[in-house]
Amino acid sequence: MKILVTVKEVAEAADDFEIEGDDIAERYLEYDLNEWDDYAVEAAVQLQEAGEDVETVSVTIGPERSEETIRMALAKGIDRAVRVWDDDIAGADLDVAARARLLAAVAEEEEPDLILTGVQANDTGFGATGVALAEELGYEWAAVVNHLDMEAGDPAAAVRRELEGGVEELTEVDLPAVLTIQTGINEPRYASLRGIRRAQSKEIAPKALSDLGVDESVIDSPIRRTAMYEPETESDATYFEGDPEDQASELADLLREKGVAQ
Amino acid sequence: MSDGDVLAVADHRRGDLRDVSFQLLTAGRELADDLGGDLHVAVISGDVDSFADQLAREGVDTIHTVSEGEEFNHDVYVQAVEALFDELAPTALLAPNSVNGLDYVPAVATRLDVPLTTDAVDLTYDESLEVTREMYGSKVETTVEVTATPFAVSIRGGEWPAAEPGGDAEIESFPFDVDESEIGSRVTGFEEVGGGDVDIGDAEFLVSIGRGIEEEENLDLIRDLVDATDATLSSSRPIVDNGWLPKNRQVGQSGKQVTPDVYLAIGISGAVQHVAGMKGSDTIVAINTDPNAPIFDIADYGVVGDLFDVVPALIDEFGG
Ligand SMILES: Cc1cc2nc3c(=O)[nH]c(=O)nc-3n(C[C@H](O)[C@H](O)[C@H](O)COP(=O)(O)OP(=O)(O)OC[C@H]3O[C@@H](n4cnc5c(N)ncnc54)[C@H](O)[C@@H]3O)c2cc1C
Repeated sequence: MKILVTVKEVAEAADDFEIEGDDIAERYLEYDLNEWDDYAVEAAVQLQEAGEDVETVSVTIGPERSEETIRMALAKGIDRAVRVWDDDIAGADLDVAARARLLAAVAEEEEPDLILTGVQANDTGFGATGVALAEELGYEWAAVVNHLDMEAGDPAAAVRRELEGGVEELTEVDLPAVLTIQTGINEPRYASLRGIRRAQSKEIAPKALSDLGVDESVIDSPIRRTAMYEPETESDATYFEGDPEDQASELADLLREKGVAQ
Repeated sequence: MSDGDVLAVADHRRGDLRDVSFQLLTAGRELADDLGGDLHVAVISGDVDSFADQLAREGVDTIHTVSEGEEFNHDVYVQAVEALFDELAPTALLAPNSVNGLDYVPAVATRLDVPLTTDAVDLTYDESLEVTREMYGSKVETTVEVTATPFAVSIRGGEWPAAEPGGDAEIESFPFDVDESEIGSRVTGFEEVGGGDVDIGDAEFLVSIGRGIEEEENLDLIRDLVDATDATLSSSRPIVDNGWLPKNRQVGQSGKQVTPDVYLAIGISGAVQHVAGMKGSDTIVAINTDPNAPIFDIADYGVVGDLFDVVPALIDEFGG
């Protein structure tokens, strides 16, 4: 059995930041493995540990810098990685369809039985790539999965989808399938020193559009971000100023006044 | 080509239309006005006749019922929406960005080969579509321009008012045969989770803790505050994901909706899925080191500061 895990390096904004053009200025951004993908990686590694002959491969679309993030997945036990990038991709505004097509091109080479993605990336928050990828490939899928019950070789996966308001849907999904993984499905491990050392010698195969045999037109998108701004705050919050003792004292007065604490 | 019509697909679950479906009608009407077309609404599976009666509100031109199956199944939705889209040739496909929306909208957009923008908080059309959506955990808003038609957009709940009752929508049954061979997933049941001894929905005063607490051991500090003030403890999702508190303490979209007299959010950024569960609180107070944290946008009172300084001082105030 082969499992493909999509991972994305996401940018996080510092507390204080400035916007330049249509994005936060680079100096205020820090990069990390997407929170949701960390759970997807863990789910893949757990299936690998529980089964025999399970291969795990991770795929990312990202610049050379993102190899740091990919190494984290490799250090946690993923066998090898593919990184899709070239100058054309670097210059493009990738939309959901473009990402799905690029990932699909890798999946067509790898032919995995199961693809795990995160529910969403926490920078852009589109929450659409995994399901679009499934349709692109003609795979089945399930979105927002917080419980996965399957063993290598099973023809279907038993999953729970986390709906709103504390309700879970129990669903059977035929394989091959894409599952978009929700946080909390497992406890992502920390990479061990040994894992980090071993990751250094694992393969990260670079792939350009031409390597994947996809045409440049695949990344053309009619969707473009044209502006970014700090939302006008609708807030009329009263702020408690001063040192922590002053702040606490005002807050305590408020709680007493509201009659919720004495 | 398409003539400015909007096709909006309603969302329902276990016998009830979801609130966002009525908001969808408002968003759909506004967009149809911008485009100069009609608003078509589709409702798929379940008691579609009853759903259609409820959806027949101001601004809706036609409701198409697709009577196939009981509960949401994404394979059925993808096929039905594709068939409706082929028949009606709308300019815009609109759906809620709900958990079920996440499960079929990207697949439909891919199958129809139309560009998809998700989680819109505002929409206007003037020669091209302009979508307003957030990024970086609600810290910024962005404008996204879509220059092709037709297009698909999913909308965030709570951003548009519900459409008013009334209007003169026509209700039509849409002839549709599902292709069973393409159904590769089966819903086998539902389960309510997060029950247990406490119901945070009953509390008057919630002290709610987020990832700012950093370590499980530090929760003792918050427990001391809870004891000193006789409050009830709740949390954001990561605390529950980490297994530090049980699921019945989680506030938000996938946890509980709460409306206490006072909600004290400590080290919680205010992500949309969290806010969905607590914005109805009478008084919201936030303690956060980050003055730009989105939680302050909905707070009535704010403390910009380090919880590890402010919370001990607050415990002292109550003689803890
Ligand atoms: C489908 C779906 C459903 C979801 N459902 C829910 C849900 O039901 N409930 C929910 O909560 N989330 C939910 N989420 C997750 C949500 O998107 C956020 O990831 C989550 O709410 C973030 O929790 P947080 O605010 O505690 O953490 P963060 O966003 O990491 O925020 C931590 C905050 O703590 C502050 N902080 C750090 N240190 C200190 C300090 N020393 N003193 C004071 N402040 C400090 C930081 O400035 C920051 O603002 C859902 C997501 C998805 C995709």
